[in-house]
Amino acid sequence: MSAVLDHHDHAHDGHDDHGHAMTGWRRWVYATNHKDIGTLYLLFAFTMLMVGGVLALMIRLELFQPGLQFFQPEFFNQLTTMHGLIMVFGAIMPAFVGFANWMIPLQIGASDMAFARMNNFSFWLMIPAALMLVTSFFMPGGAPAAGWTLYAPLTLQMGPTMDSGIFAMHILGASSIMGSINIIVTILNMRAPGMTLMKMPMFAWTWLITAYLLIAVMPVLAGAITMTLTDRHFGTSFFNPAAGGDPVMYQHIFWFFGHPEVYIMILPAFGIISQVVPAFARKKLFGYASMVYATSSIAILSFIVWAHHMFTTGMPVTGQLFFMYATMLIAVPTAVKIFNWIATMWRGSMTFETPMLFAVGFIFVFTMGGFTGLILAMAPIDIQLQDTYYVVAHFHYVLVAGSLFAMFSGVYYWMPKWTGVMYNETRGKIHFWVSLIAFNVTFFPMHFLGLAGMPRRYADYPMQFADFNAVASVGAFFFGFAQVYFFLFVVLPCMRGQGEKAAQKPWEGAEGLEWEVPSPAPFHTFENPPKLNAEANRIVA
Amino acid sequence: MKRISNPWAAGLFGVLNLLGLSVAQATESLTGGPAVMQMNLTPAATKIAEEQHFLHAMMMVICLVIFVAVFSVMFYSIWKHRKSVGHKPATFSESITVEVLWTAAPFIIVIFMALPATKVLVAQKDTTNSDLTVKVTGYQWKWGYDYLKGEGEGLSYISNLDSAQRTLSNEGAKGDVPNDYLFRVDNPLVVPVGKKIRIITTADDVIHSWSVPAFGVKQDAIPGFVRDTWFKAERVGTFYGQCSELCGKEHAYMPITVKVLSAEDYSAWAQAELKKAAAKADDPNKVWVFDELFKRGEKVYATNCVACHQPNGKGGGPIKPLDGAAVVLADDHAKQIQVLLNGQNNGAMPSWKALSDTDIAAVVTYTKNNWSNKTNQLVQPAEVLTQRSK
Repeated sequence: MSAVLDHHDHAHDGHDDHGHAMTGWRRWVYATNHKDIGTLYLLFAFTMLMVGGVLALMIRLELFQPGLQFFQPEFFNQLTTMHGLIMVFGAIMPAFVGFANWMIPLQIGASDMAFARMNNFSFWLMIPAALMLVTSFFMPGGAPAAGWTLYAPLTLQMGPTMDSGIFAMHILGASSIMGSINIIVTILNMRAPGMTLMKMPMFAWTWLITAYLLIAVMPVLAGAITMTLTDRHFGTSFFNPAAGGDPVMYQHIFWFFGHPEVYIMILPAFGIISQVVPAFARKKLFGYASMVYATSSIAILSFIVWAHHMFTTGMPVTGQLFFMYATMLIAVPTAVKIFNWIATMWRGSMTFETPMLFAVGFIFVFTMGGFTGLILAMAPIDIQLQDTYYVVAHFHYVLVAGSLFAMFSGVYYWMPKWTGVMYNETRGKIHFWVSLIAFNVTFFPMHFLGLAGMPRRYADYPMQFADFNAVASVGAFFFGFAQVYFFLFVVLPCMRGQGEKAAQKPWEGAEGLEWEVPSPAPFHTFENPPKLNAEANRIVA
Repeated sequence: MKRISNPWAAGLFGVLNLLGLSVAQATESLTGGPAVMQMNLTPAATKIAEEQHFLHAMMMVICLVIFVAVFSVMFYSIWKHRKSVGHKPATFSESITVEVLWTAAPFIIVIFMALPATKVLVAQKDTTNSDLTVKVTGYQWKWGYDYLKGEGEGLSYISNLDSAQRTLSNEGAKGDVPNDYLFRVDNPLVVPVGKKIRIITTADDVIHSWSVPAFGVKQDAIPGFVRDTWFKAERVGTFYGQCSELCGKEHAYMPITVKVLSAEDYSAWAQAELKKAAAKADDPNKVWVFDELFKRGEKVYATNCVACHQPNGKGGGPIKPLDGAAVVLADDHAKQIQVLLNGQNNGAMPSWKALSDTDIAAVVTYTKNNWSNKTNQLVQPAEVLTQRSK
């Protein structure tokens, strides 16, 4: 891994002052530099994306045709469970923390993250957790198979890997909380003089809000799974109905974590898009203040909508009404964000390099996921669609076409700053178009399957569902290959320093302090607080 | 060949065939269940499901209109405001008026969406005044149906996926796969048409979910708790659903099949089933010993007779006493059995022929040997069976 990135050490710019920096494996294991830790996070997340992706392709392989061809149902349930857990906790969340590590100090003019050693710890904690999750497939009884939501009392029937899975999630949660504290403290205390909160780049803003969400809800998840653990082994009966426990209570606690979690995975994506769209429209972000308010209101609303995941548990009618209304309300700030992005593009001077393609693709496809969310929020319709493939389609539209596409947008946008070379534009465009088309081929038919009533987490299905499942499986493999292509032919060459040398500010319309330092960003930046202009987006020497 | 009515689906299917991807099995749509390449909700068989369809169609129209409007603006902008066509960037970046407008607009739209949804939601949660109540119990991995109240009360059975289809699944669903693959059960839930059926759900082990798309019903079955939902089928037919909450390895193999019968057919079915169930319960030719039969008779008496005849067997008012009654003490058992089977005094004493032969024999034995009645007579179920046919 280090060899790949060694060009950092002998980058040919004068600011390079890390003669004393550690080299070899020590550079990574003892890393306290926010850029190195950011790189570690991003590579880790991509590895987990590949692992989770292989699991997804195994699922699609089994579902290509009706009947059991490759896997037994119990193993199939392990696949769906681990695909969900790995993608949420191993890929999407760490990837955004990677972005935060790399970009927040650069964007706010800070020399590093506030707690450099805790930063190292929060990354390296994830390795044993990830190993525990992935290797559970090879332990007695196989991986946990209760779904990523780990509903009781099914979790009480699971084998010993349920416990290692719970332990892994505890560790990942601890890591997330440390990361969040680090981000909050960095943003609140280490902004360069003159960068007031309302002049801060949107990406830093969305992460500030996300970090608060994380601190608020990760302990709730920890509580839920700890209670599951004590139910399993220490004779408590929080969720065990056989001894008077309440399995629905588990769902309430889980989704009190789970719904803010959804926004934890999408708010930083909004931040990236809010950086990329103005850069390529060559026009300031429209309605900066309203973007901040919209993001905050989404975060606040996310705490009072959790039970829309539970309309079929049989809540009283007043409960269903409340959660239906609250959920539909989230459409308002989300719509404001979409309108603001389009207003930013309006009468701009746009070019469509890969970051912008992914950003526009994000806006277009994410909005579809938003609309299906609105449809699912209507409790009477949700009765038809709950736990069907419609839900699967919906959350992949917001998490893949949403979070993942935004991350691709961010990777292409900041890659020149990270590696000092431009990625190959043609390859970036190929990656975008194949991903966009394959994504829709995979997930669009799932809406039809869901409307027709195909339940999710099914290892086998009636013949009538065969055609759309076959289409989805084909799309999934193309989508998977597109991501391998992305790594081998876009990321790897850049990491090896192959390609056109990037200018300090390779994007004509880009704004922000990260473009005030050379490309690649030197090992240490802003060691002395920079003096900023009135907009706090340029350094005045 | 497949029958496909939807032209979009037909086109897609054609493309699939070209790619050589078709599963190429002669599947046809399943009435009451999913159709081949179905692209919308399952055709409604209840008013509630119809309302859900309307809501969904309404949402689709509103969302599509907004989607087209918003993205026409975006693509127009992408087309016109490009650097490559020489467009120079404007400098505006704020407008309070516009911001307020496009915060208010979605808010108002959302309110108009919520209004009709509220109406449907309140209606679908109203489980009062049902004609028939059935308790549905989720087991790993089958459904149990208990008819609690209404015609067919007392029926109780288990509904399993046809084991041949489970085997077929293991074999990869090759060859001649039936149209109702993964939907066929041994004992479907049977209900009358046009009657409000209240479903009470619970579970024995983990959470399951009882779902029938055509009825617009999906209700989790939660162990240790009871929840309810309802439906009123508007037409006769068979309707299909599947367990909709992950419940372990056989989750995909516990379908729900509901047979909706006309009122007469349903009555006939319920009668026949009740008789079968009673017959199955006890062999009428079994010869019972006194203590066993007496104990059982005590229970039958406590459940069915005690309300009128009183614990002391003395009755009261128009209710005749059993304690010391000639018909109870008589050596000839036939008369008392006939009273139980057919009732007496124009139904003041109702007919108890729905009770099994064993239960009737037991309660007769009990009355003949309780209180001051010490006849030491034993009535065997076989005698009741003989009297039934008279």
